[in-house]
Amino acid sequence: MTTPSSIFSAKLVAPAMADAVRKLDPRELIRNPVLFTTAVVALLLTVLLPMGGTDLSAGFQLQLIVWMWLTVLFGTFAEALAEGRGRAQAASLRATKSELTAKLPDGRTVAASRLQRGDVVVVETNDLIPADGEVIEGVASVNEAAITGESAPVIREAGGDRSAVTAGTRVISDSIKVRVTQEPGKGFLDRMIALVEGAERQKTPNEIALTILLVGLTIIFLIAVATIPGFASYAGGSIPVAVLAALLITLIPTTIAALLSAIGIAGMDRLVRFNVLAKSGRAVEAAGDVDVLLLDKTGTITIGDRQASELHAISGVTTDALAQAAMLASLADETPEGRSVLVLAREKHGIAAQALPADAEIVPFTAQTRISGIKLNGRIIQKGAVDAILRANPGLGETAAANELRRTTETIARAGMTPLAVAENGKLLGAIALKDVIKAGVRDRFAELRRMGIRTVMITGDNPLTAAAIAAEAGVDDFLAEATPEDKLALIRKEQAGGRLVAMCGDGTNDAPALAQADVGVAMNTGTQAAREAGNMVDLDSDPTKLIEIVGLGKQLLMTRGALTTFSVANDVAKYFAIIPAMFIVLYPGLGVLNVMGLASPNSAILSAIIFNALIIPCLVPLALKGVRFRAIGAGPLLARNLAIYGLGGLVAPFVGIKLIDIAVSGLNLV
Amino acid sequence: MTVQGWVLILLFTAIIIALAKPMGLWLFALYEGRSTPLHAVLGPVERGFYRLAGIDPQAEQSWRTYAVHMLLFQLVTLLFTYAILRLQGVLPMNPRDLPGIGPDGAMNTAISFTTNTNWQWYSGEAAMSNLSQMLGLTIHNFLSAATGIAIAFALFRGFARRQVSGLGNFWADITRVTLYLLLPLCIVYAVFLIASGVPQTFASMVDATTIEGVKQSIVVGPVASQEAIKMLGTNGGGFFNANSAHPFENPTALTNLVQMLSIFSIGVGLTWCFGKAVGNTRQGWAILAAMMILFLAGVGILYWQEAAGTPMMHGLGFAGGNMEGKEVRFGLAASALFAVITTAASCGAVNAMHDSFTALGGMIPLFNIQLGEIVVGGVGAGIYGFLLFALLAVFVAGLMVGRTPEYVGKKIEAKEVKLAVLAIAVLPLCILGFTALSSVLPQGLAGPLNKGPHGFTEILYAYSSATGNNGSAFAGITSGTPYYNALLAISMWIGRFFIIVPVLAIAGSLAAKKYTPETAGSFPTTGPLWIGLLVAIILIVGGLTFLPGLALGPIADHIAMINGQLF
Repeated sequence: MTTPSSIFSAKLVAPAMADAVRKLDPRELIRNPVLFTTAVVALLLTVLLPMGGTDLSAGFQLQLIVWMWLTVLFGTFAEALAEGRGRAQAASLRATKSELTAKLPDGRTVAASRLQRGDVVVVETNDLIPADGEVIEGVASVNEAAITGESAPVIREAGGDRSAVTAGTRVISDSIKVRVTQEPGKGFLDRMIALVEGAERQKTPNEIALTILLVGLTIIFLIAVATIPGFASYAGGSIPVAVLAALLITLIPTTIAALLSAIGIAGMDRLVRFNVLAKSGRAVEAAGDVDVLLLDKTGTITIGDRQASELHAISGVTTDALAQAAMLASLADETPEGRSVLVLAREKHGIAAQALPADAEIVPFTAQTRISGIKLNGRIIQKGAVDAILRANPGLGETAAANELRRTTETIARAGMTPLAVAENGKLLGAIALKDVIKAGVRDRFAELRRMGIRTVMITGDNPLTAAAIAAEAGVDDFLAEATPEDKLALIRKEQAGGRLVAMCGDGTNDAPALAQADVGVAMNTGTQAAREAGNMVDLDSDPTKLIEIVGLGKQLLMTRGALTTFSVANDVAKYFAIIPAMFIVLYPGLGVLNVMGLASPNSAILSAIIFNALIIPCLVPLALKGVRFRAIGAGPLLARNLAIYGLGGLVAPFVGIKLIDIAVSGLNLV
Repeated sequence: MTVQGWVLILLFTAIIIALAKPMGLWLFALYEGRSTPLHAVLGPVERGFYRLAGIDPQAEQSWRTYAVHMLLFQLVTLLFTYAILRLQGVLPMNPRDLPGIGPDGAMNTAISFTTNTNWQWYSGEAAMSNLSQMLGLTIHNFLSAATGIAIAFALFRGFARRQVSGLGNFWADITRVTLYLLLPLCIVYAVFLIASGVPQTFASMVDATTIEGVKQSIVVGPVASQEAIKMLGTNGGGFFNANSAHPFENPTALTNLVQMLSIFSIGVGLTWCFGKAVGNTRQGWAILAAMMILFLAGVGILYWQEAAGTPMMHGLGFAGGNMEGKEVRFGLAASALFAVITTAASCGAVNAMHDSFTALGGMIPLFNIQLGEIVVGGVGAGIYGFLLFALLAVFVAGLMVGRTPEYVGKKIEAKEVKLAVLAIAVLPLCILGFTALSSVLPQGLAGPLNKGPHGFTEILYAYSSATGNNGSAFAGITSGTPYYNALLAISMWIGRFFIIVPVLAIAGSLAAKKYTPETAGSFPTTGPLWIGLLVAIILIVGGLTFLPGLALGPIADHIAMINGQLF
């Protein structure tokens, strides 16, 4: 849905500059206490400037004031720039929304905005769906590119797990009746617009805590600076207000404060670009904290469809007879599994599929019987889960054949395959082994997750033996076999009771309770409305493997915050060493020895520190927006790496930066 | 610097590290409320106290109840001591017929001893009767130490417990700590001191005839009993004005070593106890390692500065180190070591005069106090103060592993950050605020004996010492005035309880949280990286705030000294 654009492209920068000025509104600025403090100090100096009363030259003071205002502006600019990236997307979504109209069953046409929950609308070929809802009649292929960016159409039909439709998507064939499930103005599209715009953005818990820390540091440094005049008076001198103000502004954590909200917006934005919608920033943070991933076997760990790979005939039955029966039973089975039985029969056993005879009666698969098959010339051939076949043929009971089948079943399961029993006229023939095909590379991904301290649990409807074999092959840490939605929910609760955060994805209505219970519940966009409501994220691509990347994005957001906070705090050492000697040299000339950077003059030192303090903000904007890269190398090495870059770097960088600026400032005779 | 000097320093460090686990084990038993070998004898006494006071030691208290009971207890015992000091003149055990203490002085001293500070504006032998010393002051040496340890226990429980509101029982904690730890140790310790020559008597004076044939009256009294708890409980208030420099308080090289060890012993034990309480003793060792790095750095600088001496003294023909204000019998290394220990812990006992150190040498004790006395620190206060910085360090850097910050299984969130910052901000507020005030007001300027940056250091040191609940002084200052008595008393009160209450609130908040199990993705809070990070955060957040003050005080003093100017 988005096209990545350069961070500093002119299209984004110009409106961001205008926004940066607009954000100076005190009512908005107060949300960022550190920048607010900076603005107050800058305002105070601006007002005091014409009054004079100090030995400092007006030119020097003016430069300090300008750089202080720039510090504030750089901060509001960073936020505006981060917001601007989303705003372009919001504009196109809003355009889509404004053209929506709805056709009622009685033929009237009304504006989509007037639809209420429960209304029924008719959507025909080439119409845009006017509101979020559920298909109650018909099947249609729908192009959801407006939301997902994916142009291949998807099928939406009444009943089942593919009934949800989204406002703004286009029906490209057939006609459906949709019952509206959204309140006016609170649909998916509205939520997306708000999200990408950042309008609904609230501070996340971690952001609030960090803001408190920054306020605390500001107060501590305010005390440190406000007491200096008293100290100076003891030493028989006084320090100009502008110099004290400069020290305060450089010491308080302006860098991280200026970038904090940009980091948060960019983090959400990264998810949106990744085609995942998080309903709150809190969910993104929680993703970084996840300890346990519940992954559905099918589609995530194995490719969706199992393939028939072996035939196991019961004693007294030839494999060819079994192959023949299996082929017949699968003739009408359109599922990939059914197709693979035909392929197996042909390729391994030389039994080609025949055309479906006209007099054949098809027994379709139902969730209740879990058996499918065919009735042909008096032959009744059944194919289905082993226990279902045994149950459907009570006569088999404890016969030798049934017992042999059970043993065969176990052998198949141990090999990580799923058995299907085949019976003819109540007599067992044998079993088809369906093999799960594990996706390439998942083993490495799970090893990576393990290094990140995340445990993976495979969720499957398979029996425990099959599940164990697949789990071992795929390299997951644990599995939940024969899982029902209740089991899933219970597992999540159990993990949470142990203090762990759980992430999962799901699409069905029966996944909804688990999605709601999980700390990070990613609903598939193809899923039901109930699932999409229950989860705190929606994956527009409906790709369950993305759960792993979502965790990475959450971690990236937290890491970026931590890295820039550490950098900002570490910067203070150099700033002290720039300003303290410059400030006190009039009181005790000997304190010049603290001028370890050898800065040209006291005024140059103070100005250089304040310039560095301002310029570091735009320099770090790209990092804040792109995020610090997360590497799955374990917490220890990761911390060592980041401490070296942002801790040690934060200590050293300003010494170099201030010195260089000082050379420029003194070279240009700015003071 | 000499080899012997460094041998002493390293020997001390080795012994104190070796003491951490045995002391920690004993403390852990008390923390858990488990039985110790002493319970056979003292158990009935403990239960007797509970029955007498109508206390159920099993009754869990929420952080608020714990805090309220603790504060009420402090208030009552404070008023008790205030009354004794005011009424000293009419009370018994006053062999030298000393008059009652004035209101500002009595309040200052009562607060000073209640807050484990032991700031002494007075000279003990000249102002305090034996009753005041033993009942008014020594009682607080025990109770303030026990209170500090109790608060540390409550905080440990906050980390260790899961989804509960109870932090233990304040009365049970102070009773157990006093009965099974402080009293038995002090009895043994006092007997050792008596054997080493420290007086323990109700007599008041002994008359001696000096070599010159002059008769001199020397004050004696119940010194040994006060001395033991003064060190062990990091109180520091001496019987004599000269404190541990006085031969009757600290007669031999061995008592000097034991006194130094006893200042740190409970503090290092608490680091181990913390690790044990949170289920991983390496957590405790990591904290102790960070403390020891800061400690040895301090000792190194101080010893180096004192051994280098001053160019002015060298010019006068006095070669070698700066011996002014030091006992010849202890020498440079033992004096430097003692000074660092007593200020790293919030003890405040001295065996040399900090005011007479070289400028940079004198800066080390000052800086130690300003960091919040978290390098081993006062009993209880050291570890809970240190843990505040640990929370801050976890919060600043912990995000860098891509998870919400956690420390020993508890998530650190807005509430903890708010309270930790509040507690940490108390130090600069009182120290810098009152120093600035006293640098301007005539009442404040009347205090320091010396002029220039040295005089400024004296003021800064006084407020640092009071706020940090240390109690040692840059002795040049005359602080017994109503102005200083009042402001220093306020500093001591704020420095103690405006940290303790947030600490208890943090403990309450942590105890209510779920436990987050450690994984490969958790922020590692053991190992060299964490230790280095702790040291850096302590120096940057805790230390840098004081750089302007230090620049105008000891650093300016030092530079002036190099340039041949003294104050």
